[in-house]
Amino acid sequence: MNKEQSKKKVNMQIVITLGVMVALFVLFTILRPAYAGFTNIMSVLLSTCVNGCLSFGVTFVIISGGIDLSIGPVMTLTGVISGVALTKWGLPLGLCIPLGLLVGVLCGVVNGIMVAKMHLAPFIATLAMQMIVKGLNLVISGLMPIYFTSAPFYQKIALGNVFGIEGFYSAIVVFIGVCILAYLILHKTLLGRYTYAIGSNREAARLSGIKVDEWTIVIYALSSLFAGFAGLIMTSRLNSAQPQLGPGYETEAIAASVIGGTSMAGGEGSIIGVVIGVIIISELSNGLRVMAVSQEWQSVIIGAVLVASVYFDQLRNRKKA
Amino acid sequence: MAEQLIRMNHISKEFPGVKALDDVSFELNKGEVHALVGENGAGKSTLMKILTGVYQADSGEILIQGEKVTIGDVRDSQKYGVIMIHQELNLMNHLTVAQNIFIGREARGKFPLFLDDSELNKKAAEIFERLNVNINPSDKVGDLTVAKQQMVEIAKALSYDPKVLIMDEPTAALTDVEIEDLFRVIRVLRDEGKGIIHISHRLEELKQISDRITVMRDGQYVDTVDTKDVSLDQIISMMVGRVIYVEKPVNNMKPDAPVALEVKNVACAGFVHDVSFSVREGEILGFSGLIGAGRTEVARAIFGADPMSAGEVYVRGKKVTVTDPASSIAHGLAYLSEDRKRYGLALGLDVEFNTAMAHLPHFTGPLGFMKQKQIEENAEEKAALLAIKTPSTKQLVKFLSGGNMQKVVLAKWLTRDCDIIIFDEPTRGIDVGAKSEIYKLINDLAAAGKAIIIISSELPEILRISNRVIVMCEGAITGELSGEDITQENIMHYATQRDMK
Repeated sequence: MNKEQSKKKVNMQIVITLGVMVALFVLFTILRPAYAGFTNIMSVLLSTCVNGCLSFGVTFVIISGGIDLSIGPVMTLTGVISGVALTKWGLPLGLCIPLGLLVGVLCGVVNGIMVAKMHLAPFIATLAMQMIVKGLNLVISGLMPIYFTSAPFYQKIALGNVFGIEGFYSAIVVFIGVCILAYLILHKTLLGRYTYAIGSNREAARLSGIKVDEWTIVIYALSSLFAGFAGLIMTSRLNSAQPQLGPGYETEAIAASVIGGTSMAGGEGSIIGVVIGVIIISELSNGLRVMAVSQEWQSVIIGAVLVASVYFDQLRNRKKA
Repeated sequence: MAEQLIRMNHISKEFPGVKALDDVSFELNKGEVHALVGENGAGKSTLMKILTGVYQADSGEILIQGEKVTIGDVRDSQKYGVIMIHQELNLMNHLTVAQNIFIGREARGKFPLFLDDSELNKKAAEIFERLNVNINPSDKVGDLTVAKQQMVEIAKALSYDPKVLIMDEPTAALTDVEIEDLFRVIRVLRDEGKGIIHISHRLEELKQISDRITVMRDGQYVDTVDTKDVSLDQIISMMVGRVIYVEKPVNNMKPDAPVALEVKNVACAGFVHDVSFSVREGEILGFSGLIGAGRTEVARAIFGADPMSAGEVYVRGKKVTVTDPASSIAHGLAYLSEDRKRYGLALGLDVEFNTAMAHLPHFTGPLGFMKQKQIEENAEEKAALLAIKTPSTKQLVKFLSGGNMQKVVLAKWLTRDCDIIIFDEPTRGIDVGAKSEIYKLINDLAAAGKAIIIISSELPEILRISNRVIVMCEGAITGELSGEDITQENIMHYATQRDMK
């Protein structure tokens, strides 16, 4: 009986956010019928891809009880490294992409070592990493965008047409693949289970014989890996690595994760929730843009939605208790 | 001669500034329940942490079934079949019962990268069946009662199929019925040939459950005795090495003293209803009942920590409105939580600050500067008054023992001049020597005219200290006892009153 109750609880959270997602869609469609057009829906989905990948990564870290502020610049770093490898070193594209991801993952490993072994507060460690990588991006690229024009396939990763349908971006398919990967890792594998365990009660996990420090490093590395996926989609879309991009992306990713039901206290969250959270944010920015609301006001409104969603969740939890 | 499972020889361990263990030896046989007792700080936990690989000994050796072993970490000790159930429940509330039990040893599905929860649930159900305990393996641990969480801990330990089970204060949060259940399980395990090390402050229990007792004091080994050969008093004097304050308090209370606090028809927390009582100046009113009877809820509502859905509170005959702790404190109420580390103290700050914490405006000058000298003087005065053992009032509270922490909380409220003091489990986790000191303090406070309410789940404590006892069961007051009527039998009768409804 209890089992049903706890299942119902999880579903409630998702049902409500899902309801908000649908309601927003209906609302914007009524206000501007063009919103529901194929081109616009694809554009909403395309804009979820980058933020979505970042969100998955940071969700793992948040569930484990930490935070990762470095994902924005790390995302850019993977693109910059791939670009340098392609244009300066003349490596084949099939090698450039993994190399970029690998360097990104290394940033995560360093984050993890700072948190687990050097006992720095995650906020500070990853804030420092954010600043370091932000600077490195500019240094490595020489402040100039790096273009991938020598490898025409690169742009197809994000902007190819699936089934030859004009406007059905391949980034969406790549993102769905990343969703499935994130879902499987978090909900089906040992790494996912330990992510929850460490976030729920770190000491208990340690006393259960789990190598908490090592797993923490893996979790931060995973966060950077997902940031790397975001970087891949991002650079492919722009067909270039823009070294000044990155800072600021982490806040939107964290917001999406929290709207999707991830608890900043650790131990709680789900990939499905995060997907919905990411879509809600994309819907909002896109819808407000379609309605000609300026960028500045978009930010104000998304901030307000974040407060509302977290407060609403608080209320619901309080009532339950 | 029973087979020896564990032999620890001449173990010493030093922490910066403290000799935690000094040449301690310990042994455990197959099919034995061996109690390890001593005051807090005696070194029991350190010794057990060395046995389970949390710490490494500076010198000495460990033999398991006659073989010399090196235990480098928790995994090593698990490999040798030594499992410890820690005093604080070490469970992950967001995971299910089965996921908790098998954490670190997850079953794999057909596709070996993925986990198989149904297999875990099945295995967990088997363990609960063996223990004859009714817990659903797929429930979230955070939704269970403390007693059931304890059983999950035991099931988790058993899932390692241990040879040696170490239980640190397993009964601290259990009701008498639940303790009986636990002991039944312990006896089953003993008869299966396992060795059990039982650490407890409840000495009465040791008589019931243990075969031998090893006593430690100040990091040193005192003696090992057969339980049947010694009396409780002998054990206590071995533990503390001094005489203990055990006599019943002299009842100085004047029956016609003015009523300090009166509470009428309080309802709160959804299940507590119609609670009315009063306490006089100089009186010690005990609140007894099983865990979950609603005593803490009543106290927190009166104190303003949680909302009260109905009821009236009168302080010295005047009706008062309690909206939050600040308003009740202003009326002279103080509440000492059962969880002092969480609700009572700023652990990372020093004794001085903690003592002044409830009365900071008083220690602040007109320009907002703190009057450091007065804070110091007050802390020193209270430390002397309550005999707080601390190297200086600059010592951080987290380095004090449980008993001294409790005294610091008390000092905080005395600084605020509170005269209606509610103690919630005042001696939980506090060793015998310090316990009797706390009792003496409480008596002194009552003698000085303060009205005292004691909530306690330990019957001996209630019996020893109260002038009058109110018993609660399932959210209502079921009985009130005073004088000669305060007996274990009467209290238990009222505490289990629900059966008659």
